[in-house]
Amino acid sequence: MNELVEAFGVAVRLLFGGDPQLWEIVLLSLQVSLLALAPAALVGLPLGATVALVRFPGRRLAAVALNALMGLPPVVVGLLVYVVLSRQGPLGALGWLFSPKAMVLAQAILITPILAALTRQVVEDLWEEHGEQLRSLGAGPWRAIPTLLWDGRYRLATALLAGFGRAIAEVGAVIIVGGNIAHVTRVMTTAIALETSKGDLALALALGLVLVTTALCVNAAAAVTGGLARSFES
Amino acid sequence: MSVTLPLEFANASFAVRGRRLVERLSFRLEAGPRTVILGPNGAGKSVTLRLAHGLLAPTEGRVLWGGRAPDAALRRRQAMVFQRSVHLRRSAAANVRYALAVRGIGRRERGARTRRALAQAGLQDLARRPARTLSAGEQQRLAIARAWALEPEVLFLDEPTASLDPSATRAVEELTLLIHDSGCKIVMTTHDLAQARRLADEVLFLHGGRLLEHALAEKFFAGPKSEEARAFLRGELSW
Repeated sequence: MNELVEAFGVAVRLLFGGDPQLWEIVLLSLQVSLLALAPAALVGLPLGATVALVRFPGRRLAAVALNALMGLPPVVVGLLVYVVLSRQGPLGALGWLFSPKAMVLAQAILITPILAALTRQVVEDLWEEHGEQLRSLGAGPWRAIPTLLWDGRYRLATALLAGFGRAIAEVGAVIIVGGNIAHVTRVMTTAIALETSKGDLALALALGLVLVTTALCVNAAAAVTGGLARSFES
Repeated sequence: MSVTLPLEFANASFAVRGRRLVERLSFRLEAGPRTVILGPNGAGKSVTLRLAHGLLAPTEGRVLWGGRAPDAALRRRQAMVFQRSVHLRRSAAANVRYALAVRGIGRRERGARTRRALAQAGLQDLARRPARTLSAGEQQRLAIARAWALEPEVLFLDEPTASLDPSATRAVEELTLLIHDSGCKIVMTTHDLAQARRLADEVLFLHGGRLLEHALAEKFFAGPKSEEARAFLRGELSW
């Protein structure tokens, strides 16, 4: 117990003392997850809207698949990306394995279905509301995709935050494809796993505090945008 | 010269899961007179209007525009105002501009037409307000302005005043008359007898999904032929 209190004290000192090692890890975490969010959004939002609006054979199946893929286990994503990026793999020539690029790729794959599934729901609801009017104006499903993505912007912001939160909190994928190499691929979650197993609770706790704070901030932001969304829904 | 008129229903029915919402409708609407589709709730007025506009396809029979089967190009010559107007989460003016963009109107023309339509609807001062923060009456006027900006040959209005107070209702009716004066065919549904008397040149009386009467307005109101229409005019809704 004493040890724990001590570790907590050290953690707080690390946090506010501007420990460079700690902040390097935090910064890389934010970098990797934000960079993963961009391609995931670029793919996930239009994909979700397409499944919501465009009638094609297997559309229901696609919707079910997206929902199922929301629960994709990070370690499995890590494993798949590892296989693809390993020297004998199809993208081995890129030399991305054990680099932040591989971690960005893994997290992007992990959260794309989440963004797509949440987007599909939002856009389907909007079509329910606007569909007849849009059809009357002459806007078909493809024309409606950008229209309704923009119309759902407040609710989609919440989806983006959910995706980011999932990316920054996962450990399974980045530890497999990143390898938790100090100063190169060590992020908050992998560092916590390592430091805890080494018994260095102080650094682990400090990082844990940052991670929890980040999660809180993301959730607060989601709540605020969610509230904004409702206030514009009138 | 209108290419989407006359609008012709040839034995058109629309059924959902085997239940016919409208049955074997046959009528012809010519350019010119304001047509009011009148009838109690559940008579099939909205379905008829959606069939006319091409939002629904008849499950039996045919709907013809200018003698042709409906297509996207013909639909672009029409516009519709719904009972409850739905606007995008952007400004009032942007909602009108969006409709024009969908119809492929060039950017400069869009701005000019939007200003004109908003002014005609008395909404010029609200142009930059988010459309969904407008009052119900203002939103309905915006929907009409949006439709008018498209310069349609036919404007369909589905119970456009059903959820409005009397002054907003009057504004919508005046706007509808103005649009008609500009040369646009008006086809409107209502269950409001007084409104039908104010606006109709000709009346289609629907009841239980069937067309019971199609007559000039003065003739219809002076002496309806069917028992159902007489009951409706007396204010007795027979189901």
